[in-house]
Order: sequence, then structure tokens, then C-alpha cells
Amino acid sequence: MEAQVLYFFQTFWNIFGLWNIVWSYIEPIWPLIWNLIKIVVIIIPLMLGVAYLTYAERKILAYMQVRVGPNRVGYYGLLQPIADGLKLLFKELIVPIKANKFLFAIAPVMVLAPALAAWAVVPFSDGLVLANINAGLLFILSMTSIGVYGVIIAGWSANSKYAFLGAMRSAAQMVSYELPMGFALVCVLMAAQSMNLSEIVYGQQSHLGILGWYVVPLFPMFVVYFISGVAETNRAPFDMAEGESEIVAGFHVEYSGMGFALFFLGEYANMILIAALTSLFFLGGWLNPFDGWGIVGIWTSWIPGIVWLLFKIFFILFLFLWFRATFPRYRYDQLMRLGWKILIPLTLIWVVVVAAWMQTPYWLWSPEPR
Amino acid sequence: MEKIIHLIKSFTLWELLKGMAVTWRYMFSRNITIHFPEEKTPQGFRFRGLHAQRRYANGEERCIGCKLCEAVCPALAIKIETEERADGTRRTTLYDIDLVKCIFCGFCEEACPVDAIVETRILEYHGEKRGDLYYTKEMLLAVGDKYEEQIAKDRAADAPYR
Repeated sequence: MEAQVLYFFQTFWNIFGLWNIVWSYIEPIWPLIWNLIKIVVIIIPLMLGVAYLTYAERKILAYMQVRVGPNRVGYYGLLQPIADGLKLLFKELIVPIKANKFLFAIAPVMVLAPALAAWAVVPFSDGLVLANINAGLLFILSMTSIGVYGVIIAGWSANSKYAFLGAMRSAAQMVSYELPMGFALVCVLMAAQSMNLSEIVYGQQSHLGILGWYVVPLFPMFVVYFISGVAETNRAPFDMAEGESEIVAGFHVEYSGMGFALFFLGEYANMILIAALTSLFFLGGWLNPFDGWGIVGIWTSWIPGIVWLLFKIFFILFLFLWFRATFPRYRYDQLMRLGWKILIPLTLIWVVVVAAWMQTPYWLWSPEPR
Repeated sequence: MEKIIHLIKSFTLWELLKGMAVTWRYMFSRNITIHFPEEKTPQGFRFRGLHAQRRYANGEERCIGCKLCEAVCPALAIKIETEERADGTRRTTLYDIDLVKCIFCGFCEEACPVDAIVETRILEYHGEKRGDLYYTKEMLLAVGDKYEEQIAKDRAADAPYR
């Protein structure tokens, strides 16, 4: 890939006969430029995805509520996210008079940046990954945890009681649900015997197709991971951090214009990230679900892996929106009860079950030697 | 036994799946939205929209300045001043309705002994600066002149029930 891109640049500059001069300047920093190119290639589709996820959310929610949703800007309202973005961009930035200006400004960035940074280790297809590091799973866990700081700082620095209440709720919630999430992932890494995200997907590759994915033996963990993921991203029905009908917007009440937009970008980027991780850990990432299923497997073998991954991400994102359309908000004590008294014991039991299961010959999901 | 069923139901997320089935079904049902500028809901002849002052067929304004509407108005949106005209009849010199205060209850219409102040079917009007929605006598009469046909028809339709 790198050679092709270099060749493209070379032919482009050779039109002017300048390649040798240009190359002598950029050669020392080429690795940096190459990484920047890769980052841009990941971030721009992600940002577009975020924009159109808001559109999809409004449209799907509308249809589930027997409405039509946005349909005025462009065909079927397709330009609505762009109109929203422009509107937020041109709005006045209001900073509360007693706010801590520095923290107030840095909080939205602290929410958005980890959500983007975590994409570095997400493999999109066989070998298509920005940083193929061995402890990718740990990197993901640490990055998603940093988001909590952004939320707390946003709530505290605004010097508003609603923002502070929202931040406290949100922080407690995110910390509580990190635990079942971690335990669910312990099961995954026991099964895959690796922390590298690509290795985890390879571990699910088998002649069984969909049956070889970890969603089959670890189905309860899949459910727990997904529920925790919904709680972690502060989405309905666990959205009391935002709690539109009680504390107006929670930790970002005092933000306006682009600051507010950054929180939204962060929230939706996190949703996409959770969807991608769920599909990588449990739904076989870029693997074909019909792999090895005789004729169906051969028919579908031409579909590139990234299409399967995107398809799985869309499915999980649809579940997010479906939940929002269906479930009323949890009460705060119910949320804590679910996290600490149900999900954590459940995951602990399943860790033991999987550990015992793996010692028996009935465990069919060991990574195949490559 | 009941407890066991409850336990199984809660761990299989039975109720949640049932709820999701409902929203799934509704996603494919027909939208009931009225696409407003293109489609409009049917209006009754008693629709209470923008106010208008009416005239008799000979061009004489109906309002006799009795101030019943001013008295009945719960939002105190109507302001009237009267004087005696040269022909000895009492007429208004000032008849203002502040549409920002008005709650469109229709009491003024009910109170009027001569059907002078009426509420029309017009609902798409707006003001672009402060004071635009403060309707004076001339503006109300202009509205009345413009929509007299429709107003008369609606009054006639309502007459048997009064």
C-alpha cells in the first residue's frame, strides 16, 4: 500500500519534473506523513459516519414513532447533518462567567480525542490496521476510560449544578459499567489467548463460519458487553447523564455551538467504536459468516472483509437506535443495581464457566494454528 | 414457581424483546404525519384563527362600540375607545387587538351582539418585527373585507346551532 501511494506521488510530481527535489525534502519525515495519511483516511470516514449516524438516528426513531423525521434539507433530508453542523459552527460560544475557562475549553476535546484514538488499533480487514500492537485490548480499555475525565471536567468546570449532577451520575455510571465490560472481555481473551485485536478475530476463523464466532460460546457475555457498551456511551435507556427530561442535558448543559457539537461527535464516535469492538470481539470482525458453509460460502467469498465488518457495525448501531426508540430511561438506583448486582456476578460466573469449559474436550473454539 | 418464571423471563430479557418487537412493527406502519405546507388538515367552520372586523353590505362597519368583547376578553388583549359620530351613532375610534396576548378563545366573537368581531380560518400569518402582531381597527377591517365571503359562509353554517 505504501509503495503504491509513493508511486502515485512520484508520477504526480514527475508531471512537473520536480519529484527528486520534493523527495529530498520529504524523505526524512516520510514515515510521519505516511502515518498522517493513514489517520486522515480513518478519521474522515468516521466523522462522516458520525454525521450520518445522527441522521439515521433521527430517521429511524421517527419511523418507529410513526413520524417522517427530517425531510426538508436535500432529498429525504440527506443534507440535514451538514445543515446542523454549519448551524452549530456559526453559533456563539458562551462561556459561563464563573467557569474555569481552561478546563471548560479542554473538556470537549477530552471526550472526543480518546474516542478517536481508540480507532488506531481497530483492524478493518486482514492486516488493514493503523497500529497492530500486541496489547490492543488494554489500549482500547484505557482509551475508553479516559472519556470519563472529559465528562467530569465538563460538568465541574461549568460551575452549574445541573452540569455537576449530570457529570456525577455519568462518572459513577461509566465507572460501574467498565467492570462487567472488562470481565466480559476477559472471557474473550481467554478464548482467543491473545490481546491483539487481529489475533482475536483470527481466533474466530474456522470452517464453521458463524458458529465459530465467540458470540456462540460466550453469548451471555456478548449481551453483557453490549448492555455495558450502551451504558458506557450514555445512550438510552442508560442516558440519565444526559437526562433530557430531568436535567436538560446533564454535563454539557452550559456548552453551546461547537463545544456542544464536539460532545455530540464524541458520543456518536463512541457509539460507532463500541459497535466496531462488539463486532470484532464477538461477531468475527471482518470474517464471512458463511465461511465453510458449502456452496453459500463459495458464493459469498468474493465479498471483501471490510464490507462484512461495516455490515456488522451497521447492525449493532441499528440496535443502539432501536433501544432508544423502545426503552424508557432507567432510574438511577435501578441502573446501579443492574451493574453491580446482576451484570458483575453474571460475568464472574461465566469467567469460571468458560475457564472450566476450556479444559474439557467440548470446547470447540480454540484458535486454529496458522 | 412464579418466582422461577420471573427469573427466567428477566434473564432471557423476555419483556425487553417484546417491547422491541412492538417498535419493530411500528417501524413499518404507515406514517400519520401531515406534510404541512403541502397537505393541510380539514378545518371546521368554527375554526378560530386571525381576527377580522366585518361590515354590512352597504359598507357601514358593524361594530357599535358596546365594549362587550373588551369586557369578556380573558387575556385583556382588546382595547376600545368610542365617540359619537355626526349621525348620532356610537362608533369606535380605536379598536386594537394585541395578537400576542390573544389566546384565541373566541369569547369576543360570542359576546358580539352584531357579529362585528369574528375569528377567521386564517392561521398562517406572522410578524417580522415587534408590533407587527398588534392589529389596529384598519387592519382588522382590511382582513374582514378581504375574506368577507368565507366569513359570511361560516357564520351561516353555524347559525342553526346558535
